[in-house]
Amino acid sequence: MDLAVAHETISRWQFGITTVYHFLFVPLTISLASIVACLQTAWVRTGKEKYFHATKFWGKLFLINIAMGVVTGIVQEFQFGMNWSDYSRFVGDVFGAPLAMEALIAFFFESTFIGLWIFGWDKLPKKIHLACIWMVAIGTALSAYFILAANSWMQHPVGYRIDPVTGKAQLTDIVRVLTQNTTLVQVFHTLTAAFLTGAAFVVGIASYHLWRAKQGKETDRRKTAAMRTSLRFGLAIAVVAGLGTAISGDTLGKVMFEQQPMKMAAAEALWDTQAPAPFSVFAVGDVSKGHNSVALEIPGILSFLAHNDFSSEVPGINDIAAAEAAQHGGQPTDYIPNIFVTYWGFRLMIGFGMTSFVAALIGLWTTRRKFWLAPEHRTGEDEPPKLMLTRNREMNVFFTRWSWRIGILTMGFPLVANSFGWIFTEMGRQPWVVFGLMRTRDAVSPNVSVGTQVLGLATLTALYAILAVIEVKLLAKYAAAGPNTDEKPPAKDPTLRGPSDEDSDQPLAFAY
Amino acid sequence: MHLQDFWFILIAVLWIGYFFLEGFDFGVGILTRLLARNTAERRVLINTIGPVWDGNEVWLLTAGGATFAAFPDWYATLFSGFFVPLLIILVCLIVRGVSFEYRHQRDSERWQRNWELAIFWTSLLPAFLWGVAFGNIVRGVAIDQDKNYVGTFWDLLNPYALLGGLTTLALFTFHGAVFTALKTTGDIRHRARVQATVLGLVTAALAAAFLIWTQVHTGNGWSLAALIVAVLALVAALGANQVGREGWAFGFSGVTIAAAVGMLFLSLFPDVMPSTLNDAWSLTVSNSSSSPYTLKVMTIVAVVFTPLVLLYQGWTYWVFRRRIGVQHIPAAAHH
Repeated sequence: MDLAVAHETISRWQFGITTVYHFLFVPLTISLASIVACLQTAWVRTGKEKYFHATKFWGKLFLINIAMGVVTGIVQEFQFGMNWSDYSRFVGDVFGAPLAMEALIAFFFESTFIGLWIFGWDKLPKKIHLACIWMVAIGTALSAYFILAANSWMQHPVGYRIDPVTGKAQLTDIVRVLTQNTTLVQVFHTLTAAFLTGAAFVVGIASYHLWRAKQGKETDRRKTAAMRTSLRFGLAIAVVAGLGTAISGDTLGKVMFEQQPMKMAAAEALWDTQAPAPFSVFAVGDVSKGHNSVALEIPGILSFLAHNDFSSEVPGINDIAAAEAAQHGGQPTDYIPNIFVTYWGFRLMIGFGMTSFVAALIGLWTTRRKFWLAPEHRTGEDEPPKLMLTRNREMNVFFTRWSWRIGILTMGFPLVANSFGWIFTEMGRQPWVVFGLMRTRDAVSPNVSVGTQVLGLATLTALYAILAVIEVKLLAKYAAAGPNTDEKPPAKDPTLRGPSDEDSDQPLAFAY
Repeated sequence: MHLQDFWFILIAVLWIGYFFLEGFDFGVGILTRLLARNTAERRVLINTIGPVWDGNEVWLLTAGGATFAAFPDWYATLFSGFFVPLLIILVCLIVRGVSFEYRHQRDSERWQRNWELAIFWTSLLPAFLWGVAFGNIVRGVAIDQDKNYVGTFWDLLNPYALLGGLTTLALFTFHGAVFTALKTTGDIRHRARVQATVLGLVTAALAAAFLIWTQVHTGNGWSLAALIVAVLALVAALGANQVGREGWAFGFSGVTIAAAVGMLFLSLFPDVMPSTLNDAWSLTVSNSSSSPYTLKVMTIVAVVFTPLVLLYQGWTYWVFRRRIGVQHIPAAAHH
């Protein structure tokens, strides 16, 4: 392999693997922080035991998850310098700012308050302890905002100029970088997708426990109470977040049609400019010849997605590539991303994401309480709900079984959708690392040998694979165990003055 | 003062904050093998830093991010040049963070022993490697006219840098022992004090050799002053430890770290990474910094948020101010 090509390929694989892995944990962290915070708020306000048990249970899974999110994030902070030093030199003036703000404003916030929350159950007054988890939730969202501002700048650079002396990007307007539409829509889309992910996670695990209770395998009614509340809460969030994801996704699509037409043409395998343009349902393409050999399409929909109008013109891959080649030099094929990955990545993202949204919508209806149920079908708060189709009609045995199973399965779907969404976003803008300004092949570290790069790629991939096995096993263990209903909140509300002498030898409420 | 100089100082402060705070984290990790005699004692040690290690580590991420924002060339040259040592450090920090969180999640003895072993090695290696890295930064490395490091991994393992690594390793372990004496109660507290004396003497010998070598090699008037402060603070820390004033001992060992790291930065200025190939190719605060506008934006952010961070991190230490001993460790891993 040509050395320059090897440099780029290995660095791209490393960044792809570490980032996709990191982003398996991030959406769960962002949403579970808020979900735990809401459940704890419910407990502090009502004093009901089921909220306490739910808080502890989801909190435990949240902590197992955030540990991996934090440590895989460390690599991200240094990878730019290690593998992409020419990129770092070119964009540092602009790109470094949101990154440093993220560390200073968000990372400190979440890491400090998560420590207070984990260890503070018997040290902090209830309400201050509750404020800590809310701080963590705000910290995670802030962190997402800053890093997405940085990424959006690479997708659509604004607020900069090219320094005539050094030829590097130079920041001229930080406010534009932090508030451009690409950033705002991207943040909205990522946060709603994150909440869909966390909600589906909660729905899946709660379904597992309720289905066991339904079959009589689980007899602890307090556990069932906590899981039933969690299920309903999860379903509600999934529906709202799913709707938000769809709306923000549509908006983001329109922004992309305008800013990165190639990415959207690739997402649709639209080879030639058309008016009106169809939405592709299924396509098999011949990339070397630049056309689809098999195509199943719905006319006009793509025009609508792009411009809110069924007949407008949408530029195709071949024409955009020719225009870019004319502008930046080289062959048109240099400007075409991997069509197979972008086309199917886009479909898998929408398919998996919307499946869990629809599942949640159905779940919210079939598990509804009281109001639209005949009295004889209502179940107690500590019993699993009956799945009701209408006021008097219960789902039959076959559908009930499958509904609960789908409920369990759905927890993995948004994780797949998130990964493919990011793979689509990032691979759809190739060959550019900074759209229109810098190509990926010019961004790598020139002085890091291929051997060293392989070492980095192999080490991190192996380490992440081992950690993934450990993490999944731990999560499965605690998720299957369910809430520990023997656990009690601290007997008296701690004061900030610290404990009195009489309990100075009491064991800690939490210890590693 | 130029904003570039201000940011040089600020980055030095972030590194000092990182080594001050993570210094005792590393030390405590190393002491789980040197000091603790059984699982209960190892858990006491781990729990002295339990609520704070994560926040302490963020100082490193902030130092990295701030370097990227304020001195992109420094960031690019340093991390691509020191690729392999940095990779080892990253692997250690990953495993270390996971070890703290996962060690107690299973009741199996083998599971816990493996994570405890991991905590020891992943504390020891970065404590050593950071010293090696800074030794090389101060000494200068082979940087070509394109600001790229062109030496090999083995060039980084020169005697001066290795001495730097041993110095930080000893200093952080000493700092950790003094911290343990301050944060624990009972038998472990007294043994920590005894061990701190031994570690302090080893540190004094290594630090004196390394810092004097630095002074002779690249020093100036300011770095000499910092050197003297570092040595005096180390002597004071040893004395305070000897007479059982644990708070003072910890304060002084912290000053030792601050002065020693400060000295490295003072002997570096105005370079940020000197080149051994040609003086003209050295990275300096002026030829590797961001534009004035970026520095101004970042200055405002730093001036607003750094005091806030210090305030709430300080509060965390106050909340968890009580000493802990084996009697405070809950019997079994919970649930």
